[in-house]
Amino acid sequence: MLRRLMERFTLTDIFMWVVGGSIVTLVVVGSYATLSQGTYTARHWFDFLVFGLAQGSVYALIALGYTLVYGILRMINFAHSEVFMSGAYIGFFVITAMSGSGFLDENPLVALLAVFLVAMITSVTIAVLLERIAYRPLRRSPRLVPLITAIGASFFLQEAFRTLFGSASKGYPDVPALQGTWTLQGEFIIQKIQVLVIVAGALMMFFLYMFVMRTKTGKAMRAVSEDKDVAALMGIDVDAIIVRTFVIGAALAGAAGVLYSLMFRLINAYIGFIPGIKAFTAAVLGGIGNIPGAMLGGLFLGIFESVGPILFLDGLGVAAPYQLKDVIAFTMLVLVLIFRPTGILGERLATAKA
Amino acid sequence: MDQDKPRHWIAVALQLGATGGLAALLISLVGMVEEFAKRFIIVDVLEMGQALLLLILIATGYMTSRRLADRPPRIRLLAAVVSGLVPAVMLFALVLLIEPLNMRSIFPNASPTLIEILTFGQRGAIAFAMMAVAGAAQAAAGGAVPLVSPRWRAPIVQGVVWVGLLGLLQDILRVTLTNIPGATFVLSWMFGGGSGKGLSILGAVVIFALVGYATFRRQGRPAAAASWRSRLDARTARLVNIGIWVAAAVGLYLLPKLLGPYLSEVTNSVGIFVLMGLGLNIVVGFAGLLDLGYVAFYAIGAYVVGVLTTTAVGDQAGQIVWGPAMSFWLALMAAVLVSVMAGIILGVPVLNMRGDYLAIVTLGFGEIIRIMAGSDFLKPFTGGSQGIVQVGVGRIGGLVAFDKPQTIFYVVVAACAAAGFISWRLRDSRMGRTWKALREDEDVAQAMGIHLVSTKLLAFATGAAFAGLAGALFASKIGSIYPHSFKLLVSINVLSLIIVGGMGSLPGVFIGALALVGLPELLREFSEYRLLMYGALLIVMMLNRPEGLMPEATRRRELRETDGPEAEAPPEGVANPGEVAASG
Repeated sequence: MLRRLMERFTLTDIFMWVVGGSIVTLVVVGSYATLSQGTYTARHWFDFLVFGLAQGSVYALIALGYTLVYGILRMINFAHSEVFMSGAYIGFFVITAMSGSGFLDENPLVALLAVFLVAMITSVTIAVLLERIAYRPLRRSPRLVPLITAIGASFFLQEAFRTLFGSASKGYPDVPALQGTWTLQGEFIIQKIQVLVIVAGALMMFFLYMFVMRTKTGKAMRAVSEDKDVAALMGIDVDAIIVRTFVIGAALAGAAGVLYSLMFRLINAYIGFIPGIKAFTAAVLGGIGNIPGAMLGGLFLGIFESVGPILFLDGLGVAAPYQLKDVIAFTMLVLVLIFRPTGILGERLATAKA
Repeated sequence: MDQDKPRHWIAVALQLGATGGLAALLISLVGMVEEFAKRFIIVDVLEMGQALLLLILIATGYMTSRRLADRPPRIRLLAAVVSGLVPAVMLFALVLLIEPLNMRSIFPNASPTLIEILTFGQRGAIAFAMMAVAGAAQAAAGGAVPLVSPRWRAPIVQGVVWVGLLGLLQDILRVTLTNIPGATFVLSWMFGGGSGKGLSILGAVVIFALVGYATFRRQGRPAAAASWRSRLDARTARLVNIGIWVAAAVGLYLLPKLLGPYLSEVTNSVGIFVLMGLGLNIVVGFAGLLDLGYVAFYAIGAYVVGVLTTTAVGDQAGQIVWGPAMSFWLALMAAVLVSVMAGIILGVPVLNMRGDYLAIVTLGFGEIIRIMAGSDFLKPFTGGSQGIVQVGVGRIGGLVAFDKPQTIFYVVVAACAAAGFISWRLRDSRMGRTWKALREDEDVAQAMGIHLVSTKLLAFATGAAFAGLAGALFASKIGSIYPHSFKLLVSINVLSLIIVGGMGSLPGVFIGALALVGLPELLREFSEYRLLMYGALLIVMMLNRPEGLMPEATRRRELRETDGPEAEAPPEGVANPGEVAASG
């Protein structure tokens, strides 16, 4: 009997269950301790939740780029975080110029739309160049090769932006129209900018979903991600569809870049790295290759990360728990990959995982 | 690809010229040209910034000429000239536009100094004429390279490469030569003083002539030394071997004394990266597990030594609450042990992940370790962001203290030698072959009876041991450790060096570390652009030479499978100086 069990569960499995179990216990005990202390009121939790939702929308927008490309090429587009950063960066120059000329104050809607447009175009250009120069020639190479190229491209872009535009961090200017708060009944306050991020994120995700599900290109994209060779036999230009996938992912990332910078203000060439990894985590969390999965994963991770450090760790007496939010996100990535590698909604991939 | 139909040569030249022009614009605007202009290769004749532009133009011309291999030489040269004019026009446009567009507010590096360098200090039409002529001439020179017969090409290319190298590395040569009695006379004519340091014109000419002549003479009778050794009888051969080992040992003993503190420090950095490279080489190169969180083990090694040996223990600021202040050697062993355990513990969760998931999870581990080390939560034990100071150094009795770069050198060399020996023996052992089987195909390997769990864990553990050792030496060398020394870039750095050297290849690790760690340390101007170049290098290597500079035999075959016959094609393919240097 015991031997049977031993054969079914190896030592590593047991080790993993022990680790997973202790982390879950920690989370439960920590949450209970925090809640029973009652340091934080409902208003605090509401703030965390809204902030998490806004942050999660940005993650979701980036995650869509990862998931679309991964679904088709089976490759982590490591440089996607830099595509996101480039949008934020070029957007900065546009918005600063418009803020300087007063256009931003007079016509905030038009001005912001222009910023988004320029940022998206920048990101798309960079992504298309990346695909053409660094990824396409390597499509038939061993798996590790394009991944290493992507890492190289990521660092190259980061450093190119830093050295081209100077090392100093840059601050997005004030947008008067987006400052201030709205009060929802009683003590619940919500910042305008967070509303913008959440609404814009939701709109873009809705349009993307409609695009992929209802248009011909979207259908072709789904076909390619199902099976490249058969799609090609059906008369689909696979290369063109791959480029379009990059374009869509990059446009979302560029918009996310501007949203992110409007929310957090300070930008530099390295802002892409952490959101990029988080977004990838979100994509895996939702089930890679799965579009609603990426959205759900992004929102979930955003909230988890905003609420988690306080909820899980504060009650345990951990000093400065907010420093550990990245640790929580990464731990979650590891746990998801161990216990449910297909993600919440299941993955959809062209080829079985090699 | 669009190379199916032959295109007009002007189209090819314009396209490649535009690529070269973009590269030239990029290095100008990121500030490389200006920054590097401070260092002369040949005093008052050529500085490094110009050399960089020159290199780009030569490469443009060379590529154009190569691409048009089936056209007559006249057309190829003409195309090279055209391809050289394009970057000149683009740079001139940049110069013209900087002022009116107020580009400096966006590109801080678009400075007057840059304009002066690009225009040779001239203005208007004269400047443009000079730029055009220079661009065309340089590209034409590049375009002529493939046209010259190989017999003459190799000496010229080698000569130029050596002049460039010696010019760049003149600091080392100077310092080393001044320490060798009787060698000072070389300094007087080879290196010029003047407005900067660099080779003198005479020195450059002599080096070019010597190297060129030697290369020319050596052609056709390679491996003279090997044939000379094969003629010896067994006893003499053994004596010669012993002699070589003794000479190497004496050389290593004397080396830090010749190098002085600064260069010893550089050598130590290179050594530490060699150690990590050897370790990651086992994980990535042998076993094919892409580990991006390799820095975690380096950090663990450093922190174990830091905590165990530091004397800054107490409850005041900058001190940690617990630390036994034990001997460095014990702490070193503990560091390796803890790293191995960490390797196994972090290895277990990723056992079932492959390829890219593995990469991203290990990256997450690396970040977790770094954030934890720097957090306020663990501050009493790891010092938080203030780190740990007063890390102990190794001592042997009261005699030798390994507290200076020149003495730590011996520890680093010993560690590298041990790690190199272990890697070398592992490579062809049963274990090494198991790893390679795993790398080639996990499913087949498992079907052949390979135990995946223990094989993978052993790879992680061995790699972690080397990194832990490297971290321990690093902590002792620096004397204080901070979480920001253990960023992701360290992992990327190590990964780049084994990729440039050739994944799975042991000499490749040394070459890679020398090129990617040693060179930038020596050329301080590089530090700003180090990662930029690594990134570009990774892409270029993967696109053109995925097997690395000194490839391992199996890997080369695997990656070059598709173009097997082409790889054996006659010398036309061996025009790349890097290739010549690597195989020779």
